[in-house]
Amino acid sequence: MHGEGFFYQALIYLAAAVVSVPIAKRLGLGSVLGYLIAGIAIGPYALGLVGEDGQDVLHFAEFGVVMMLFLIGLELQPSLLWRLRGSILGLGGLQVGVTAAIFTAVGLGVGLDWRSSLAVGLILSLSSTAIVLQTLQEKGLMKTGGGRSAFSVLLFQDMAVIPMLAILPLLAHGASDRGVSGGGHSTTWVEGLPGWAAALVVVAAVAAIVIGGRLLIRPAFRFIARARVPEIFTAAALLLVIGIALLMARVGLSPALGTFLAGVVLATSEYRHELEGDIAPFKGLLLGLFFIAVGASIDFGQIAQQPGLIGALVVGLILIKFIILIILGRVFGLGHDQNLLFSFSLAQAGEFAFVLFSFATQQGVLALDVTTPLVAVVALTMALTPLLMLVNERLVQPRFGTRERARREPDAMDESNPVILAGYGRVGTVIGRLLRVAGIGATVLEVDSDQVDLLRKLGHKVFYGDASRLDLLRAAGADSARILVIAFDDPERILELAETARKNFPHLAIYCRALGRTHAYELIEAGFDRVYRETLDSSLKIGGDVMSELGVPAFEALRRVRRFRRHDEEALRELSGQREDATKYIHLVRQQAAALEEVLSSDLEDMGQELDAAWDSTALRDPAVQDDGSS
Amino acid sequence: MRRSRVNRRLTEAARGLDGVMVNDLYQHYPDFDIDVAREQQLLESHDVVVMQHPFYWYSTPAILKEWQDLVLEHGWAYGHDGDALNGKQLLTAVSTGADGTAYTEDGSNHLTMRQLLAPIEQTARLCGMVYLPPFVVHGTHALGKEDIDRSAADYRRLLEGLRDGRVAMDRIAGLERINGDLDAVLGG
Repeated sequence: MHGEGFFYQALIYLAAAVVSVPIAKRLGLGSVLGYLIAGIAIGPYALGLVGEDGQDVLHFAEFGVVMMLFLIGLELQPSLLWRLRGSILGLGGLQVGVTAAIFTAVGLGVGLDWRSSLAVGLILSLSSTAIVLQTLQEKGLMKTGGGRSAFSVLLFQDMAVIPMLAILPLLAHGASDRGVSGGGHSTTWVEGLPGWAAALVVVAAVAAIVIGGRLLIRPAFRFIARARVPEIFTAAALLLVIGIALLMARVGLSPALGTFLAGVVLATSEYRHELEGDIAPFKGLLLGLFFIAVGASIDFGQIAQQPGLIGALVVGLILIKFIILIILGRVFGLGHDQNLLFSFSLAQAGEFAFVLFSFATQQGVLALDVTTPLVAVVALTMALTPLLMLVNERLVQPRFGTRERARREPDAMDESNPVILAGYGRVGTVIGRLLRVAGIGATVLEVDSDQVDLLRKLGHKVFYGDASRLDLLRAAGADSARILVIAFDDPERILELAETARKNFPHLAIYCRALGRTHAYELIEAGFDRVYRETLDSSLKIGGDVMSELGVPAFEALRRVRRFRRHDEEALRELSGQREDATKYIHLVRQQAAALEEVLSSDLEDMGQELDAAWDSTALRDPAVQDDGSS
Repeated sequence: MRRSRVNRRLTEAARGLDGVMVNDLYQHYPDFDIDVAREQQLLESHDVVVMQHPFYWYSTPAILKEWQDLVLEHGWAYGHDGDALNGKQLLTAVSTGADGTAYTEDGSNHLTMRQLLAPIEQTARLCGMVYLPPFVVHGTHALGKEDIDRSAADYRRLLEGLRDGRVAMDRIAGLERINGDLDAVLGG
């Protein structure tokens, strides 16, 4: 400890993050690598600004992982989770099983006791949820085939930790002095209970989360939200996550798993977005802190002592995991690129290894001279993961990926189409099909290669590639195209690409999909005016059809819909740039709403009136006002 | 259409008549995206076509003009093989805000209804249709409920007459409007 207390620590961690993350992002390395580098820099082997306390910070910051899983759960509809069950159990189960078996064999091969070997094998079969998911999310790859598979495997691993914690004490054979049973870990309610009772408690806890999430949390949040004190809502959200984490720990389950479950239960609730918004900054900072702590805890002293051994272990671990993953990916039908993404992302040991190694040492399963180098290896493989994924993205994929195959087609990307369509999901597909039947050439770029393969089989001309990369944009013909349509489903990436395109290809007319009003504001404020809110037109169509169904003549309903639309688009443009001043913004919104109401209701009165009776008959006899336009 | 009281009443009078189909263009094509195939099929399956509308700027409302532009196709309605409408009768039923005196050479509109409707008449001729003098309700601004009821009843009678082939074709030639003396026209 450097003695200056909490604020001094906060200063160092925050400064390290603030300096290194933007630089790393600018260099295209991603935020995770930025945090890790920051950690190494302030760690004991570089600037030495933080010392032993790095480990404590690590344990504290691990809560970021718990929050991340809660957020991921929130975004995952239960039905999707159900669809993933095959890859969670099959792919995940095989990954853990096969990897553990092979590492156990390696352990036996180097002369470790079988129990120690098994412990090492189990522990090293896990990967790093934190690093993998954060990197995948940042790159917008969570929804791709490879991303989904990686997520499934990580989810299984999280579940696998529970039996591992149960098995490890059974493997004790006096490899070191046995510590106090469960020392350093909070005792759980299930300890000392017979097996069936423990299982019952666990099931009850999970049931409590599911049922509570369905029945209790909604009214509770409604009550809290009604208080209209935003920070109390935030507090409630934190309380929920921390409460579930503690409950899970108490019954011997993984807190991350518990909060993930809670997230899934709440994924369909109306408070989903508020919860997301409230938890996200905490998760981001804690996760950042976690990565910094990982960086700071890399034991370069240990590495310097045994550079050969540790180097060999790092390479071996990554290689073995990678090979197993790539075979499993192939077996489970992942496309070529998605398999590469999947395998590169999971070829490391995870943060659970830190906990499990120290637990195993206390339990007398593993000796310190085994775990010490392994802990360094784990940290190194974690730190190398973002780099490996970068290597995959920059060097491996371009050479061996689907895009290479695309280039082999003679008329491929050299075609000079007037339109480049970036993103071929829900929105892009419709635009692409429309342009195609209209005979307008569009070069389509999509980042999910499985989607690309499928669409190609259906006869669509789609190229694999991340349109936000300048070289790919150029290869797609941005120099000669006239229009760029951005139809990604990630708001950040849309804005990013729009800005890249404007800077490098100023002649392009840029059409942007906007995911919502806020996103539309952001795009307009950034100076893009061809902004299309993705749900606006279908919502208005529904509204119009409902009016029609209720007896408003179809043409009048459509006119009102159009008027509403025009007014709303104007209001959007007028209000953009005014959001900083909340009071003024709200005032303006109110004003706009009132104006719209007036326009629509005057229109309504118009409709209700007997127009041809509104003229007075004396005036009618005067030829000057004879007007048939209104009869 | 809905904004015109008279047209609303006329439509009500026509609706429900056996053998008469009311085709509200604004209701079917609020976005003006007219289904040409459907419209042509309707025309083919009927013998009398009535274009009923308020007289907007001395012509049809925009949607009815769009209907003509799209539905009356070359090779179908006119031109070499365009005989789909041959022999069918075409009637225009209009309401005007001003009264009848405005639609005379000395009136404020300077032209008669038949003169103003010449494009429709010529359209009918080109399509080989029999053009009937228009059914006109003048002075809608000043009409009372009874007047409108009478017009609606006339309209109904005329439609029934057209349906049953009771309109005396020799008596209507050259009439300014068909409903000037409906009893005579219907061979009463």
